[in-house]
Amino acid sequence: MLDQAQVERLDAEAVNSAKTRPPLYAARKKIFPKRASGLFRQFKWLVMAITLGIYYLTPWLRWDRGPFAPDQAVLIDLANRRFYFFFIEIWPQEFYYVAGLLMMAGVGLFLITSTVGRAWCGYACPQTVWVDLFLVVERAVEGDRNARIKLEAAPWSARKLVLRASKHAIWLIIAVATGGAWIFYFADAPKLLGEVVTGTAAPVAYVTIAVLTGTTYVFGGLMREQVCTYMCPWPRIQAAMLDENSLTVTYNDWRGEPRSRHAKRALAAGLPAGDCVDCNACVAVCPMGIDIRDGQQLECITCALCIDACDGVMDKLGRERGLISYATLADYNANMTVATAGGTSQVNPSLVRTTSGAFVDGLAHFHLGKIFRLRTYIYLVAWSAIGLVLVYSLLTRERLELNVLHDRNPQFVTLSDGSIRNGYTVKLLNMIPAPRTIEVMLQGLDGGEMSIVGVDQAPSRSFSVAVEPDRLKVLKVFVRQPADRIREPAQSFEFRIEDKASSESAEYIASFNARENDK
Amino acid sequence: MSSEHVDEISGVTTTGHEWDGIKELNNPLPRWWVITFYITIAWAVAYTIAYPAWPMLSSATKGVLGFSSRNDVKNEMAAAEATKVKYVAAIQSKTVSEIAADDALREFAVAAGGAAFKVNCVQCHGSGAQGSTDFPNLNDDDWLWGGKVEQIQQTITHGIRFAPDADTRQSEMPAFADVLKPEQIAEVSAFVASLSGPLRNQTLIEPGAKVFADNCAACHGDNAKGNRDLGAPDLTDAIWLHGSGEAAIASQVRMPRNGVMPAWVGRLGETTVKELAVYVHSLGGGE
Repeated sequence: MLDQAQVERLDAEAVNSAKTRPPLYAARKKIFPKRASGLFRQFKWLVMAITLGIYYLTPWLRWDRGPFAPDQAVLIDLANRRFYFFFIEIWPQEFYYVAGLLMMAGVGLFLITSTVGRAWCGYACPQTVWVDLFLVVERAVEGDRNARIKLEAAPWSARKLVLRASKHAIWLIIAVATGGAWIFYFADAPKLLGEVVTGTAAPVAYVTIAVLTGTTYVFGGLMREQVCTYMCPWPRIQAAMLDENSLTVTYNDWRGEPRSRHAKRALAAGLPAGDCVDCNACVAVCPMGIDIRDGQQLECITCALCIDACDGVMDKLGRERGLISYATLADYNANMTVATAGGTSQVNPSLVRTTSGAFVDGLAHFHLGKIFRLRTYIYLVAWSAIGLVLVYSLLTRERLELNVLHDRNPQFVTLSDGSIRNGYTVKLLNMIPAPRTIEVMLQGLDGGEMSIVGVDQAPSRSFSVAVEPDRLKVLKVFVRQPADRIREPAQSFEFRIEDKASSESAEYIASFNARENDK
Repeated sequence: MSSEHVDEISGVTTTGHEWDGIKELNNPLPRWWVITFYITIAWAVAYTIAYPAWPMLSSATKGVLGFSSRNDVKNEMAAAEATKVKYVAAIQSKTVSEIAADDALREFAVAAGGAAFKVNCVQCHGSGAQGSTDFPNLNDDDWLWGGKVEQIQQTITHGIRFAPDADTRQSEMPAFADVLKPEQIAEVSAFVASLSGPLRNQTLIEPGAKVFADNCAACHGDNAKGNRDLGAPDLTDAIWLHGSGEAAIASQVRMPRNGVMPAWVGRLGETTVKELAVYVHSLGGGE
């Protein structure tokens, strides 16, 4: 018989033993956000209605621009390289307006974040709005948090199958509608809708719909909070944008701690008890699945639903609202100092409340004045300055432009009578959706005359050229100066164009070259 | 791997890597991320099977889809050619003046002719068609054989003094070195130079005019305005193919250079010649 006691046990362990080996990946813990109700939830419904309304309806707005331009209010016409926005029409070379708007969006984001934290994330970001919309569907089909948890845990049954199938079907319909709405920004919406339905639209339309359907379904329905936590860069940048005077969703430890499920019993036993009854309502409603009581976190999108949840609980308990509230770090720190007697003890409710239960004087509360500080003003001024420059340049921009390219090979041509000819490519930009007759004139260049290729008119100093609506007209212009009028090898003169009807004009200073010894 | 570093604050093991006191936490990756990573690997493998990828000694794997960038180019070229067909057909069936009068056709012909010019003509006429001494500038309004688009077409088609082509434009200025005395050449050169330039030596003009009338007027005309039927240049204008000034004129009188231009129709075909004619005509000097 083998005597096990005789075998020495060695103190050895496999390097990849399951006990010490960290998992290669972590499965997602599914979140089942409970429906919240309250002020912020109502505000979020409103924002959702407005943003979704803007997204889905904008392409269907009409704007009459006359017979020579599309009547869609907002249209990115890539084929013709035009962007229409109500009364504004932008040509590709005016893209700086879009750059300006992007700068305003950037500075605006700084402004908003420095004052009210990640309000963009919490209310207006498409990811947030669509996840909210998808959650509405999920709740309507499968029920609220508890019903959904139960359904998730339940074995597959006909009922579960029907519920799941209908949820995903509705999600897919929303996703298709989302992808479908996108393409209407790029072509005439009613016409394109007809083409899409009858299967005659361009392949790129279907590909776009398919891709955006996929991303909407996957991001809004399946990935949800993981997009914010893992994929979005903004949570990483936010730390640089926030300061101690920025509003963020805050759990006010100084009145909540020590938290207790049995506050009455604790008080009876002479132990301190804060306002937090540890009901986890804030965790249950959180679409990110976090606990705000752990403090500021990268995952928190500041949607404020935990505020609504907690306020509801506080109302039931007959305590003041605002255990979880929008607060600044400065206020929070000041109040924590009071509650911990300058950091010398644990949070003690008796330090923030008088014996009658009211808050002691000297607690910091938020007031609007805190929003207005130097940093806010600087952002506001920068944002407004860019906006004013854009508006000014929009109001004063030219709708008739002239570009001239001087032929460089050859720079000039000597003609048989000794006169010198220079060639130019002249581009007339008629940037309004109406046909125009443009007067092209020479100014300066003593004795110079021009002729235009394809225009049957004797050489002259002035030509009338018809330009199609909203189009560029390219002219090949030859300018000729008699030998005896040439003063120097390179003379300056002007091309001038005029629209007599609207009194618009534009000039271009061009150069006329001749041989060195021809002067 | 034997030692375990555990971060005190998070309680997570670290990878053991440290930079300036900052340690990398060994947090597990999200599952979707890992799945995506594996999908990219599978994609890469499938891609190298589907497309040409792995290098062999003297070739590479072909890929099961049969893709080849050479075929791609061929298809794109064929597609580009297909869009040209209707223009090319119109150019084939129309005369050059009809082409020049039609906006769309002219635009196409100028572009196509410009491309052909860059390949076949720039060697002599220059990249801007500006020519040089002995090679005519095609931008100006002085034409030895005529500047109408049909005349230009004729010149390009059959060439100038190009022996292999029976219909080539033919003329030859004789060498006067043996016919005229040196002083007569000096006189006639001074006379011709004075027709377009400043008068320098009055005494040579009158005898020069007589020499001209006796020897040159037959081709260049009594008024020295030239004769396009013979390709005889206008001697009263500011444009000099073989150089201006008395010395260059005298040289041309003594031992003329007679330039040759090849006939192009055999090499380029009629369509391209038409396009070239329209292009040259459009340069600014066309009549």
